[in-house]
Amino acid sequence: MAQTGVQPKPRGFWKTHQKTLAPWLFLAPGIAMFLLYVIFPIFESIWISFYQWDGLGPKTWVGLQNYRDLFADDSFYTSLKNNLIWLVLYLLAIPMGLTVALFLNQTVTGIRLYKSLFFFPFVISQVVVGLIFTWFYAPDFGLLPKLLQALTGSGKDFAVLADERYATLGVIAAGLWPQTAYCMILYLTGLNNINPEQVEAARMDNAKGLSMLWHIILPQLRPATFIAFVVTVIGALRSFDLISVMTLGGPYGSTRVLSYFMFEQALSEYGTAMGYGAAIAVVLFAIMLVFITIFIVRMLSQERNS
Amino acid sequence: MFPRPIEKSAPWVGIAYKVFLPIALILWLLPLIGIAITSVRPASDLASGNYFGMPSGFAFVENYSSVFKNSNIGWYILNSFRVTIPTVIGAVALSCLTGYALAVYKFKSNLFVFFLFVAGNFVPFQILAIPVRDLTLKMGLYDTMTGLVLFHVAFQTGFCTLFMRNFMKALPFALIESARVEGVNEFKIFWHIVLPLVRPAMAALAVLIFTFIWNDYFWATVMAQSADVRPVTAGMNELKGQYKVAWELISAAAIVAALPPVAMFFLMQKHFIAGLTLGATKG
Repeated sequence: MAQTGVQPKPRGFWKTHQKTLAPWLFLAPGIAMFLLYVIFPIFESIWISFYQWDGLGPKTWVGLQNYRDLFADDSFYTSLKNNLIWLVLYLLAIPMGLTVALFLNQTVTGIRLYKSLFFFPFVISQVVVGLIFTWFYAPDFGLLPKLLQALTGSGKDFAVLADERYATLGVIAAGLWPQTAYCMILYLTGLNNINPEQVEAARMDNAKGLSMLWHIILPQLRPATFIAFVVTVIGALRSFDLISVMTLGGPYGSTRVLSYFMFEQALSEYGTAMGYGAAIAVVLFAIMLVFITIFIVRMLSQERNS
Repeated sequence: MFPRPIEKSAPWVGIAYKVFLPIALILWLLPLIGIAITSVRPASDLASGNYFGMPSGFAFVENYSSVFKNSNIGWYILNSFRVTIPTVIGAVALSCLTGYALAVYKFKSNLFVFFLFVAGNFVPFQILAIPVRDLTLKMGLYDTMTGLVLFHVAFQTGFCTLFMRNFMKALPFALIESARVEGVNEFKIFWHIVLPLVRPAMAALAVLIFTFIWNDYFWATVMAQSADVRPVTAGMNELKGQYKVAWELISAAAIVAALPPVAMFFLMQKHFIAGLTLGATKG
């Protein structure tokens, strides 16, 4: 900057430095918004989690008290357990998506339309998916109890979402519907780009069916599998909409997950425990951070290799 | 091609496949089909317990017009457009700039900035919610369209930057270099050379962001309170409370709320899928 004085015209400074300054000018608006609304709030939430605060009045410093309360709260463990169940079962979307993709990877007439229609559940909002499945599960008149009745002769009043044993599973099943569609589309794109010569060569060597899939196809689908893993893990840990629409965390709080529990404590009509809510969010963030780190490390190594 | 093309198998396999395909589709979409049929059932069907038999009449006009007349859904849909469209424009515009900076210039913190955007894109919403709502309150924008749009633009910039940057990286760099040699200024290069080339990426992002924002529920609940601002996702849940067991009306409302992103998907399918499957093919 000191050199500006020596430059004959102010325009000269821009001329000589435009290649170093230009990227920052291009970045400025995007970075400013992203820092303000995404990066700073993360640290602010961590900071709020050390306070007791109703959202309006003054904040009172309580140190780690919110975390101590949290680790003594049964609801916290229920939520954490459910998050784990979500994470594990949601991953089923990956093999399910692969299966559907393999089934649809043909060239018969009309297959394009079939692929789009199979993808359908991903396009509609989770609120609508939640409503559809609430109706699907509804005791007495829902489709599932009717099917159960037709197949087994009983279960007409089977209420999935009102039963503590099955409610979480019922909500996850609803979530798997669009998530499988998403994984399917990733795999269809991957299958489209498979090296046909390698497949033919393997056929010559009499490779077929599952062994072909395992040794020749899946290694080539690795990028698709990675993306499917990323979006499915993030989707599982972000689960909120379906729970909010289908069960409101019930019956008796048994379908809560951390994201919903946080909402109840800090953001809902009756929740004003900002510090406590922030502490829950921090725990959820810490769990996510493990996965985010894995993703970033892998993407970074790809970046360095290319 | 894998699995082996069906044409190369025995004829009966091909026939069996073509028969099974529509059956599989119906099974896959069964819950949706059920809702669609329910949405055109006369209310009397549901009252008399006819949930799955043939509808006794076709009440499309009655049900759908009743939903629009007796609820705010028309208004909510308008709100959804008012949130979604500015967000799409804002996020795509910002990410053209950031993507260009990160794809074309070499500077020390380039990768750091890039991964800041990528990582921020993955965080749970709950860690942002309290400060973001507080900030919006302080700016006097709580429960306004602007407040909701500003946040959405900022957050979506993360994903859009990832997308734009990777797309621009694949552009022929020689084009930019030769313009530089001729002394074209950096902004003119961006505006006249790069922007026309990234139109497909802008289209892909536009349909994706449209769908994401249209379908957003969490922020719609946290940042909007009044019916003047509430988007259709948050409105739907309210309708569910209002109609309780009138499933023919809830179904009709659900179909209406789902329609715009579905239409968007079918109109712009190629771009939509190109956007979603970014990175699914290269190592």
